[in-house]
This record gives sequence, C-alpha cells and structure tokens, in this order.
Amino acid sequence: MIEDVKLAKETIARRIAKEFKNDQIVNLGIGLPTLVANHIPADVNVYLQSENGIMGMGPAPEPGKEDPDITNAGGSLVTVLPHGSYFDSAVSFGLIRGSHVEYTVLGALEVDQEGNLASWIIPGKKVPGMGGAMDLVVGAKNVIVSTLHTEKGRPKILKRCKLPLTAVKVVKMIVTELGVFRVTPQGLVLTEVHKESSVDEIRANTEADFTVAADLKTME
Amino acid sequence: MFNKLISKEKFADLLKDDMVLMIGGFLGCGSPEKLIDLIIEKRVKNLTIICNDTSFPDKGLGRLIAEKLVGRVLTSHIGTNPETGKQMVEGSLKVELVPQGTLIERIRAGGMGLGGFLTPTGVGTVVEEGKQKMTIDGREYLLELPLRADMALIKGGTVDKAGNVIYHGTARNFNPVIAFAADTVVAEAGKLVDIGTLNPESIVTPAPLVDHIYVPAQD
Repeated sequence: MIEDVKLAKETIARRIAKEFKNDQIVNLGIGLPTLVANHIPADVNVYLQSENGIMGMGPAPEPGKEDPDITNAGGSLVTVLPHGSYFDSAVSFGLIRGSHVEYTVLGALEVDQEGNLASWIIPGKKVPGMGGAMDLVVGAKNVIVSTLHTEKGRPKILKRCKLPLTAVKVVKMIVTELGVFRVTPQGLVLTEVHKESSVDEIRANTEADFTVAADLKTME
Repeated sequence: MFNKLISKEKFADLLKDDMVLMIGGFLGCGSPEKLIDLIIEKRVKNLTIICNDTSFPDKGLGRLIAEKLVGRVLTSHIGTNPETGKQMVEGSLKVELVPQGTLIERIRAGGMGLGGFLTPTGVGTVVEEGKQKMTIDGREYLLELPLRADMALIKGGTVDKAGNVIYHGTARNFNPVIAFAADTVVAEAGKLVDIGTLNPESIVTPAPLVDHIYVPAQD
C-alpha cells in the first residue's frame, strides 16, 4: 500500500495517461484527474476538452500572462494551445453527449462491480450538484474512474453503490494506487496490480467481487 | 436605427420583482458583473435565476443569492457558493439541480423553437423522477422540456453598436445560448465598437437578438 497520498495520486495519474492515443478528445475532472495531464507523453497529442468551452486546453499560464476570461471547468486560469478552439456550452455538451469524447476521467464517492457510479451527492451532508458529470459519463466513449482505493480505511469499490447514482453501468475502467480493474460483461476483472501491492492486499481492501485476469500485469 | 444603448436608469426600469432571468457565466467567468451590480442596487425581489452554477458569494450572479434577492434557481452546481446551500436548507431558496448538458439544451430548445428533446443523461438516477421515458432503438431516454426567461443578461467581449456580439475565451459559455431564449436580451459590453468593425464571419450572436446594450464606462 502506498501510504503517501500525494504519491498515490501521482501513481494513479501516471497510469491513466498511458491509455490515450493521438488525436483523441479527453475530458479530465477536477482534482486527481487534473494531474493526469502532467503525465501524457510528449509524443501523444490529445485534445483536452473542458466543458466550459475549450478544445485543446493548455497548461496554467506563465506569470504575467493570465487572462481572467480563459478558465477551466474548475474556474482555474488556463491557456489554449495554438490548435485549440472555444465554443458555447451547448456545443460543448454536444461534443460530450454525442460520443466525440474518447475518455472522461473523474473521481468517485463510490463505484461498483456493475460499473455504476456515485459521485455527486451525499444526501444531507454535501449537495454540490452534478455539474456536467452526468452528461460526461453517459456520453463519453470510455469512463475511467480515478480514485484512492479506500477512504478512511473503507473500500470505495463496492458490490453495489449506496449513494444516489451519477449514472448506471457506465464505468469501463477503475484505476487506484493498488491496481487496475476493467468492468466487463462477465463482471469486474483485476488486470493490473501495483508492484508494491498484491492480489491479497487488493482483496482485503475491496468489497466488490472480482476475478483476476489470466495475464495479470504489473503496474509501475 | 441602432439606438440600443441603454442607461443604468433605463435598465433598472426593466427590472421587476418575481422576474425569470437567465444570466451568463461559468463560475463567474463571462458574467455581466455591472448589470448584476444594478440589480443589487434596485433590490428587486424573489427572482428566478437560470444559470450554469451559483458562482461564489462575492462574484457574478452568486452575489444576487448572497443579497437574498433570489427565490428560486435552476442550475447544475451550487458547491462553490455556501450561501446557496444555506438558504436552501433554511427553505428561503428553492434549488432545482439540472445536469449541465441538459440545462443548456433545455435553454437551447426554448430559444430555438423546440418542444423538448430526448437525452440519455440522468436515466436511472434521481433526475428521471417525474419525467416521461422513451426507448429509441433500444436505448432509454428522458424527455426534457424547454426553458425560457423574461430577460437574459449576457456579457459580450466586444459588441458593436448594432448589437452584434463576439466573445472572448471561455467567457462565451451560456451567453450566446440564453440570448435566444428570453423575451428581452441585455448585453453588457466589455468593449463597444462602431458598426463595420467586426468581421461578419466572426459574429457569434447576431445583432437582432440583442435588445439593449449597456456600456458600463458611459456612466
């Protein structure tokens, strides 16, 4: 188990960045998913889409070059790459709902073995609203959940989500600091285990039922 | 012809209690801040606001909520404005949460003459409660209905005196869509230019959609 949370998050982000291929459109959520951008290989050109209206989002601006009218969906100041573009929210969600976005990467409060996701509300405690998450997970071709494996010692990968859902049966891949799962028609499959973890450790920290892939790989 | 410039007094005259307003902006980026100042000055009450998010208590339309001028809000996200959650729990503010893509498409439908649309977003979640469900080619969809407002307040990056608008960066967001969906449209101009200055090929919001132009610097 990686105890250092920052290191754990970097491990997750680094692994997810390996999924992308040239010319794909990728939407990264706020928080941990945003870290994925730092790990995309230099020879892979993906278009980072931001639901507030950017295709081809670049990094944070250099000091002195900030523009208050160029922000990401979390309200942070960003830049747009020379091949990028801007559009309104209806077009942005046309891109999202219309399956033009190859990957959406987002966090989870809970995710389950059927690919159900709960990520937007803890009734009575935290009601921030769903923002664009419901559209993103329904519309993107591939939904990747990036999450620490447990929260305060409790598993986050469950047999069945208990919190209100963001969407039903949409998650394709779950990446934690311990390993990688794929959601398949046959159920949840552990396909990679981190070099410092083990299948036993993952079993002890996962509520969901899962099988181990015959060609189980090592995650760096 | 093209006498669309409006003073702050004339804008204040347009504001009424219980109005339904659509206001542009995404976490405050692209919000008509000066028009919002004028709403706060006039203190119209019990507004219904349709907007992407409720911004922050001290930024954009979030200030209208902090000033307790809003009775109802339709929005996709309230997490950055603690005042929204507080007033919701107290019962003084009615909050209807709508998925962002559904919200903007409902506005688009309202502005573009559509009776609604079918979306897969929200199927199997609390969003589907009370809505008609339809199956098309084996996939389930929710019927979502159009939204319109009494007035839309937009922030134009550059506006010409005819009312043509171009937007700067991500300040575009909801602005060009709400400009279709309200009985009256007021554009706050970041910069006002003469007719003929803007390239017609670059115009995002065509002039006839804009009824009034407010230029903060003129006061």
